[in-house]
Amino acid sequence: MTELSYLEHGHSLKSWLLTTDHKRIAILYFLSITFFFFVGGAAAALIRIDLLTPEPDLMSNEGYNRAFTLHGVIMVWFFLIPSIPNTFGNFLVPLMIGARDLAFPRLNLLSWYIYMLGGLFTLAVLVLGGVDTGWTFYTPLSSMFANGNVILAATAIFVVGFSSILTGLNFIVTVHRLRCPGMTWGRLPLFVWSIYATSLILVLATPVLSITLVLIAAERLFGVGVFNPALGGDPLLYQHLFWFYSHPAVYIMVLPALGVISELVSTAARKPVFGYRFVAGSSIAIAIIGFLVWGHHMFVAGQSMYASAVFSFLSLAVAVPSGIKVYNWTATLYKGHIALDPPFLFAMSFIGLFVVGGMTGLILAMLAVDVHVHDTYFVIAHFHYIMVGGTVSAYFGALHYWWPKMMGRWLPLVWGRLSAIFIFLGFNLTFFPQFILGYLGMPRRYHVYPAEFQTLHVLSSAGASVLGLAYLLPFTYLLYSLRHGEKAPPNPWGATGLEWTVPSPPPQHNFHELPTVDGPPYQYPVEPDTKREGAHG
Amino acid sequence: MADAAPSRQRDTTLMGMYLFLASEIMLFGGLFAVALALRLLHPQEVAAASRRLHYGIGAANTVLLLTSSLAVALAVAAAEMGKVKGTVAGLLAAAGLGLGFLALKAAEYGMEIREQLLPAFTPAEAFDSPAAHLFMDLYLVATALHAVHVTVGVALLAGLAWRVHRRSLALPRAATGVEVVGLYWHLVDVIWVFLYPILYLVR
Repeated sequence: MTELSYLEHGHSLKSWLLTTDHKRIAILYFLSITFFFFVGGAAAALIRIDLLTPEPDLMSNEGYNRAFTLHGVIMVWFFLIPSIPNTFGNFLVPLMIGARDLAFPRLNLLSWYIYMLGGLFTLAVLVLGGVDTGWTFYTPLSSMFANGNVILAATAIFVVGFSSILTGLNFIVTVHRLRCPGMTWGRLPLFVWSIYATSLILVLATPVLSITLVLIAAERLFGVGVFNPALGGDPLLYQHLFWFYSHPAVYIMVLPALGVISELVSTAARKPVFGYRFVAGSSIAIAIIGFLVWGHHMFVAGQSMYASAVFSFLSLAVAVPSGIKVYNWTATLYKGHIALDPPFLFAMSFIGLFVVGGMTGLILAMLAVDVHVHDTYFVIAHFHYIMVGGTVSAYFGALHYWWPKMMGRWLPLVWGRLSAIFIFLGFNLTFFPQFILGYLGMPRRYHVYPAEFQTLHVLSSAGASVLGLAYLLPFTYLLYSLRHGEKAPPNPWGATGLEWTVPSPPPQHNFHELPTVDGPPYQYPVEPDTKREGAHG
Repeated sequence: MADAAPSRQRDTTLMGMYLFLASEIMLFGGLFAVALALRLLHPQEVAAASRRLHYGIGAANTVLLLTSSLAVALAVAAAEMGKVKGTVAGLLAAAGLGLGFLALKAAEYGMEIREQLLPAFTPAEAFDSPAAHLFMDLYLVATALHAVHVTVGVALLAGLAWRVHRRSLALPRAATGVEVVGLYWHLVDVIWVFLYPILYLVR
């Protein structure tokens, strides 16, 4: 009768570990990324507990340095960068463009194994030995002074870089080569555009980090001194190379989230995305301009004043395509028939937090102001608003939106709404005080601080505990829904897009016959094929 | 002419390879940026250090690699025509020339160790200047990374030749595989074409 879904096609462990099905690989990534998210979160909890009082309580100075390095390294390379592309990108890109799989399915599985190898190795290195350089590995600290496993950590991040490169390469080729008949570039879902833009950065920026880490390891092993001022080398050169990767990497983390929000907003408003071509083009513009702004991390590092002025201008310019997206989402919502479902609440929370993060980014991009707040908690708050408030909210939004598709089960909408609200409140309580702390002069990475900062630190730590619990909440009711949730129909939200035309969960080969597309995307309104009452729980 | 599906598959595979090669160029691009920085920071010392390299050996190695690329190109042409012997001969010739490159490179490293030029084998005081030391650091990292790529390439070429010879890869259907390895080998060659003048010739 009906075809077996991808979940029912083999139940053995081997059928999962040797799968080349993009949907199963997405689930493998989802499980491992969730694991790393909680590891990184645990390190954040240690940091926030220690900062409750001005004196060190929990950790030694070096232990504190190791905790924030662990938090940064795990969250950046093992959660944020792979989060949306490797789970939802893997699951959805072939479905959205009408393909049966990615262009290179075996390479896709290999990427996951490389990711796991790099991840577990990093975890072992960071927990057993520890690295105290921060996730930025700045020289000469990392090359000459840091004790701990810098070389091993660099090796592990070098390894996981290959996973990024192979995944990005796979997505680019898939989008170019495997679109179904009629799926022109102008009809691609905006999520696919954003994954495509992300993949360009993954392929072109990651190798620069790889070679930089090779040079760090060579300096520690053989005394190769290109970053060592004592030998005539230049530590600023390290910062150039590092940020040439790491600033575009910020866009690796946030571009997929922007794509998710475009999908969520148009479904919630039951309207086509306003200005489709501008939203799609702005993803590419962000990817390109994102390669030209790295110098804004070095305004106070002794970079030439003229270079700083150019980088400052370009950093302000990158806000334009981001602004286009925010305005177009707002215009999409205008006169929409908005349903306050959990994915939409996460999307709203994303937009608000992304705007705060973006606007404070403009403050930091201005040369004179940056001197005052550079390397303070202001910067910490700014990038957490983008990375955590933005990307993590979008990640949870995507999880709620596509959960019925991925698992074939409804989720309890009331609990979904509650967790969106708790995450939003907990997040703001954690990070808003940090803007004030930073403006008042609290430097980042300090473990001991003047007593007058304590109130704000306590507020922030209190927010972190709310946030931590709020992050646990979705995993409990989503797990519950796997067994007790109602079976989800193919198109529960009433959304457009090819992924909603196949059963939930999708069959192993996605489509019986490859679909043909004969119109523009986002032709709303679409009736959801479910009675909404049944969904409440 | 083959039907549409295999040629589609070929284009897909080649596109994947081109993207991988783009990422390789960015990998070496980081080293080229370091070379540029060293030249700008210490122009005289770097030029003097560059003059002490054995550009004759570098030139001979350039000839070896360019010739090996020709052999690979011939192997690809032979594979597309389904000629097993021609393919195997081209691949083995390229692998052999690659080994020749590695042998010359090893001999050159040996000479540099004796002349107290190669970092990691030479005390820091033996260098003419700190900047000369830095330049030789860069030379070592860049040529060693390139040599790793040559070694991988030789292994790929030899493995491919073996499988074509044993008919475990049937030609011309497997010609795409030959083409992909060929592309990788050309890139290894092209990177050397840039490394050689930047390290040995620009003074």
